[in-house]
Amino acid sequence: MLPHAEMVHWAFAAGILLVGLCLLSEAIVGQEVWQMRPWRKYLWPGIAFGMGVLLWPVMAFFTNSSIHMYAHGSWAEVLMLAGGAELGLVRGRLHSPLWRLTWPLAFAVTGIAFIVHEQNPWFFARSAFLHHLLGWTFLLGALIPLALAWRPRSAALQTCFALTIVAVSVMLFTDRDVAPIFGHLSELAGPQHR
Amino acid sequence: METPIVRHIPATAVARTARARVVALIGPTTVASGVIWGILQPWRLTLLHPRGQGFWWLVFEPPLLVAAAGVIFALVVARPLLSDLEVHDAAPR
Repeated sequence: MLPHAEMVHWAFAAGILLVGLCLLSEAIVGQEVWQMRPWRKYLWPGIAFGMGVLLWPVMAFFTNSSIHMYAHGSWAEVLMLAGGAELGLVRGRLHSPLWRLTWPLAFAVTGIAFIVHEQNPWFFARSAFLHHLLGWTFLLGALIPLALAWRPRSAALQTCFALTIVAVSVMLFTDRDVAPIFGHLSELAGPQHR
Repeated sequence: METPIVRHIPATAVARTARARVVALIGPTTVASGVIWGILQPWRLTLLHPRGQGFWWLVFEPPLLVAAAGVIFALVVARPLLSDLEVHDAAPR
């Protein structure tokens, strides 16, 4: 009795939205104020790491093809790596700013996995469209954390990073298993539900 | 005659107030987004027509998830953050 794939996407969208809102508020108030309470500096890296861990059961229980397993597995790995590196940096266990390159790596791997594991064209169905859109958003969006690795104090880049994460959550929230996209729905996609 | 009450407000103080306002608005805006989504697409809220719905359909309701994220952010993150911002801004430099 597993939930539908779209429901898992919505649950992750909620977590990603929380991360995005935390990043946005950190960009607005600045790192000094954000880190005034010790628990807060671990908040969004912790949620990101936790979502990486939760992607493993997704990989195990939602494996409808090998390529899905590879995609979900690679997301789990890179999200845990980036979240874990961020936790290490805020804790002071990791010192090299090069660890921040784990975020552009996570974005690039996620983007490629999204694009590669979607076998259907853009207008096949809404989920296909969103896979392509999310893939390209992550792939192009990887430039933002890449720039942040060199300019970590830039409020503009931090805001762009946060808004990219929020945009990803919005895309995931709009996902449906079988639904049209701009009036297009392939007959091969199956009957639309709800 | 002097008016000692009238003072010049530094630009940095105004910017700080604006920062606090923006942070205070993030949570309510997110909650409002979820509520508006629920009004525009009421069929996405299975709680409004729960009869015959499966367990997962009653658990995962996207507009409610958005609103819940906004409430959690407002109460857990924004509220203490705003008090810290106030303390930080009031501290002498």
